[in-house]
Amino acid sequence: MAIHMTGRNGGIGGAGALTAVLAAGLVLAAFAAAALASGKTAGLAVGAAAALHLVLLARALLRPSATPSAATAILLATVVYGAGALALHSRFAAFPGSGLVGLAILHVTVLTAARQWRTLRKAPPSAMIGLAVTFAYAMIAALAPLLAPYPEAAIVGSEYEPWGADFVLGTDNLGRDMLSRLIFATRNTISIAAVATALGFAAGAAAGLLAATIGGWIDTAMGRVVDILMAIPQLIFALLILTIVGTSITSLVLVIAVVDATRVFRLVRAVSMNVLALEFVEAARLRGEGLLWIIRREVLPNITAPLIVEFGIRFCFVFLFISSLSFLGLGIQPPTADWGSMVRENAALIVYGDITPLLPAGAIAVLAVAINLAVDWFLHTSSGLKE
Amino acid sequence: MNTNAGTAPLLEIAGLRVEVTTDDGPREVVHGVDLTLRRGEILGLIGESGAGKSTLGLAALGFARDGSRFSAGSIRFDGQELVGAPERQLRALRGLRVAYVAQSAAASFNPAHNLIDQYAEIPVGRGLKSRRQAQAEAQEMYRTLLLPDPGGIGYRYPHQVSGGQLQRAMIAMAMACQPELIVFDEPTTALDVTTQVEVLTAIKLIVEKFGTAALYITHDLAVVAQMADRIMVLRHGRVVEEGETRRMLSTPREAYTRDLLGLRAAARPAVPAEAGEEPLLRVDNVSAAYGGGFKILHDVSIAVGRRRTVAVVGESGSGKSSLARVITGLLPPSEGRILFDGAPLPPRMRQRSRAHLKRIQMIYQSPDTALNPRQRVNEILMRPLEFYLRLNGRERQERIDRLLEMIELDPDYGQRFPDELSGGEKQRVCIARALAAEPDLIICDEVTSALDQLVAQGILKLLQRLQDELSVSFLFITHDLVTVKAIADEIIVMQNGRVVEQGARETVLAPPHHPYTELLLSSVPQMDPDWLDRLLAARSGATG
Amino acid sequence: MKTILMLIAKRAALGVATLLVVSLILFLGVELLPGDVAQAILGQDASPDNVANLRRELGLDLPPAQRYLDWLGGVLHGDFGRSLATGREISSLIGPRILNTLFLAGFAAAIAVPLALGLGVLAAVYRNSVFDRVVNIGALGSISIPEFFLCYVLILWLSVNLGIFPSISNISADLSLAERAFRTVLPALALTIGVLAYMMRMTRAAITNLLARPYIQMARLKGASPGSVIVRHALPNAFAPIINVVALSLAHLVVGVVVVEVIFVYPGVGQLLVDSVARRDVTVVQSCSLFFALTYVLLNLIADILAIATNPRLLHPR
Repeated sequence: MAIHMTGRNGGIGGAGALTAVLAAGLVLAAFAAAALASGKTAGLAVGAAAALHLVLLARALLRPSATPSAATAILLATVVYGAGALALHSRFAAFPGSGLVGLAILHVTVLTAARQWRTLRKAPPSAMIGLAVTFAYAMIAALAPLLAPYPEAAIVGSEYEPWGADFVLGTDNLGRDMLSRLIFATRNTISIAAVATALGFAAGAAAGLLAATIGGWIDTAMGRVVDILMAIPQLIFALLILTIVGTSITSLVLVIAVVDATRVFRLVRAVSMNVLALEFVEAARLRGEGLLWIIRREVLPNITAPLIVEFGIRFCFVFLFISSLSFLGLGIQPPTADWGSMVRENAALIVYGDITPLLPAGAIAVLAVAINLAVDWFLHTSSGLKE
Repeated sequence: MNTNAGTAPLLEIAGLRVEVTTDDGPREVVHGVDLTLRRGEILGLIGESGAGKSTLGLAALGFARDGSRFSAGSIRFDGQELVGAPERQLRALRGLRVAYVAQSAAASFNPAHNLIDQYAEIPVGRGLKSRRQAQAEAQEMYRTLLLPDPGGIGYRYPHQVSGGQLQRAMIAMAMACQPELIVFDEPTTALDVTTQVEVLTAIKLIVEKFGTAALYITHDLAVVAQMADRIMVLRHGRVVEEGETRRMLSTPREAYTRDLLGLRAAARPAVPAEAGEEPLLRVDNVSAAYGGGFKILHDVSIAVGRRRTVAVVGESGSGKSSLARVITGLLPPSEGRILFDGAPLPPRMRQRSRAHLKRIQMIYQSPDTALNPRQRVNEILMRPLEFYLRLNGRERQERIDRLLEMIELDPDYGQRFPDELSGGEKQRVCIARALAAEPDLIICDEVTSALDQLVAQGILKLLQRLQDELSVSFLFITHDLVTVKAIADEIIVMQNGRVVEQGARETVLAPPHHPYTELLLSSVPQMDPDWLDRLLAARSGATG
Repeated sequence: MKTILMLIAKRAALGVATLLVVSLILFLGVELLPGDVAQAILGQDASPDNVANLRRELGLDLPPAQRYLDWLGGVLHGDFGRSLATGREISSLIGPRILNTLFLAGFAAAIAVPLALGLGVLAAVYRNSVFDRVVNIGALGSISIPEFFLCYVLILWLSVNLGIFPSISNISADLSLAERAFRTVLPALALTIGVLAYMMRMTRAAITNLLARPYIQMARLKGASPGSVIVRHALPNAFAPIINVVALSLAHLVVGVVVVEVIFVYPGVGQLLVDSVARRDVTVVQSCSLFFALTYVLLNLIADILAIATNPRLLHPR
């Protein structure tokens, strides 16, 4: 059912894109209507978000380099998602925000996969598994309230109940459902890790790009500051700052962002300098191009591959780090569910040979392995992402 | 020349096929090549890049690079089959009976050991000589190869020795066990033309003295004409033609061979200077230094007229590229000034207006790194049109189409990314990018040096045609005198940051010369097989 | 030779400067603590006079620059100040623990370093073989597993199920070396596995990089035996990357110690650090951090100096 009409420069133009956008729009409209119908004024926010989402979608599909298969893929994804949304209608209506985030993640993933299909097809099974698992975690994190049978912090049974029909993975040390807590922990850890990584990455990458492109004393000065910051081990620095300002989510995110930014700075600066040494950058400089142009159009597009890889690696480190801190009691505080603190809370069970406390730790390990597999493969394909 | 007719061949390659593994599966790079080499004979392997000459050279040692393998055919060294032979057997041959001299001596020597230890490694390691013996022999070899300080140079480390000397040290190392065959893989390609003469002389000396057979791989026909008894022309992994040197040079049979030979054909007539006209570009007494105070240009004065091609010739370290950087404003001069169209040009690029920057454009040596790999050809050409000429929409697209036409590429090339283009096509895009700005002066910095000769020829023809059609001047920086003779209206010779000689083409090329120009001109290999012998006789006669 | 000595001297000076700045940061960290240190020690309902007295006693009424220098001077003499929570001399708290932590780290390093280097080199030489793949998968798994998971798995397997090793390493100064080593096996093992994977991957990458160099191909074309290629040609050039790898991993190790000590209740600096963070005993945290930072900076300094000293271009300048 590929939509074939091609535009002037080989893209989808015209009827093809419009149909896809229209279909997606209908589903989102149904979604928003369901939310409004159940009396939630959040339905208005959903409507606005849906409109924005449509605009972005349209832009992506109408670009000259979009492929017909991208349109098909999005249509299919929207249909599937819409069907699921309508089936779980009441829950989706109850948590429209989560639903929309899930939809956004789904669409982004599908769009990227469709665009990069040629590269993806050559990926070994390990990488595909890695990517699939990562995607699954992302969806669980987004749709947590819809998927968890019980609320995050509610005591619903007695302590340490065995695995059974009522509580699939048993209950924890206070009688809360393990499965639900695991699902919410996925959301909490991943979202905090994502925010911290994104902040640190943005700061570090911006600084690295500027330092490399401007050069001179700015570069030297930044380099010295980063060297000093990196001279203190990550964990120690975090512990010190957390002692001083106390452990709250904000301080946690900021500390991790600062520490991470230094590593990202180093890497981005190094790869940027490699690109800046190439002649086409000099050609741009000789043209009279300004700093922003050189960073945005000459350097950045040529470092996307290492940046993506580094983001993946950083993300891994960050959620491992958060888990370790929480495990030590210094990260995310109870009753908020978090993998690390869940291990700590239920550690007593280990002495009795029960592996339940290892489940959250296992969840961490699985995600870390998945990201590493995907990143390893990405490193191999040096051609990187092509438009 | 030491051919022993009637004896069994030393090296016999029959129907050799070599396969390379790529992401899209195996790809054949050598398609059934036959090659015979007798004892004491020198065979020249000539071809452009991708012809498979290096692969064949390595095959003579039974060596297939990582990711490639011999898929069919046979390689016999002195009757011994190398294809499929166990590694142990091959190792017994290598270094001892067959040796290899690589293109880049600097990369091929181990930085952690000195030269003499690396010489002695194989003879001592195989138990053929004692360490002392090997070292004494090394020093003798260095003397034969005319290296300075033959007694002491061996104790230096690779990074302490210059390129030409290092190459000769590598040749010495290859001769350590007096092999029956040496494979020379482009040994002088990376060297200056004056250094090349020394290394060529060294190779000839050693090969004649020890009667070694040799496979001489190069892309330069004139060089191979000096060294080889027979020449084999390769193209895309196949043999095009083969024959005795003199016969090949005088009566080549294949069109491709004729093309390669025709590279030295008649040049375009020089455009005479127009008297009294104000030059487009004038460089007055410019000196420049990089940070650290090391001066790279000393009191340089040149002039470029309108619609002229001025060639700046020099070897490495001559300062020609630095001159380009001064003119474009990337390197501010410490003394002197630059006048463009009568008015002084601000020394730093940042101080120049967009109008100024527009009028001087630059084309670079390596087309691979001169184009942004993430931009399509359209986008690359679009930017100068947008930036300098403020064109938009349809007008801009028309201009792009016209530019593509000018550089002889189809309009659908606009959609392509640089890595979908060949080297020559990329360089054409670079030319179009420069033309898009509608400049008065284009600086060409070694624009053909990284290209295969036939492709380079195409580029030069294009540039000449463009000059006739548009009224643009070229400042053509190069080390290749052959190109200069073909395209220049005026020649400027530089050495060690100084202008040694300059003037109209005929004037500079005709004697009397500045001694450096004389050296440079006489060092360019000619297609005549006796050229090197005559040169050496002339030089030793002059000094003797 | 002179160039090298100058480079080393420069690097050493830089290291010392870094240490000073780090100590300054740690000192300032305490300064940023909201509220009053003396108040924190004595508690909320202490009398203002007592607080004032303690402030004078602790020297808190002196200008910050002076206090920094005093503190620094104290540290160089082994006087780290007092704990906010208990009021005890920190040096008595930290002293024996430093030895314990170093023992644990040393034990782990002694196993991990040779094993990782060996496996890394072998994996690089035999890359893309079955051995290489197995080793890579193992490494990938170990890197992804959080430290505490590993510890608990080890406890579950070797302590609870097989009952060989104790799950809590309570060692004290009066134990024999053998007994001490025995109780330290599990934590050392946990540390080793964590660092092994990391170090091994980096070694493999460094050696693979090295083996791709043209002079290695040249050595093979000269007919050098595979052993000779590795030993004569690759290894002398491998010092710099390997030293780099080892130093980075040891630094990694130093930090990994913290979690391990907490789980096994091992009386080291890491456990003290974590306890103090929980109690917000800033002065102790400061001193423990100083120890870790010092070790980290020193290791990096040694690595850089060794890299300079083994660079053939610097050993034999033009």
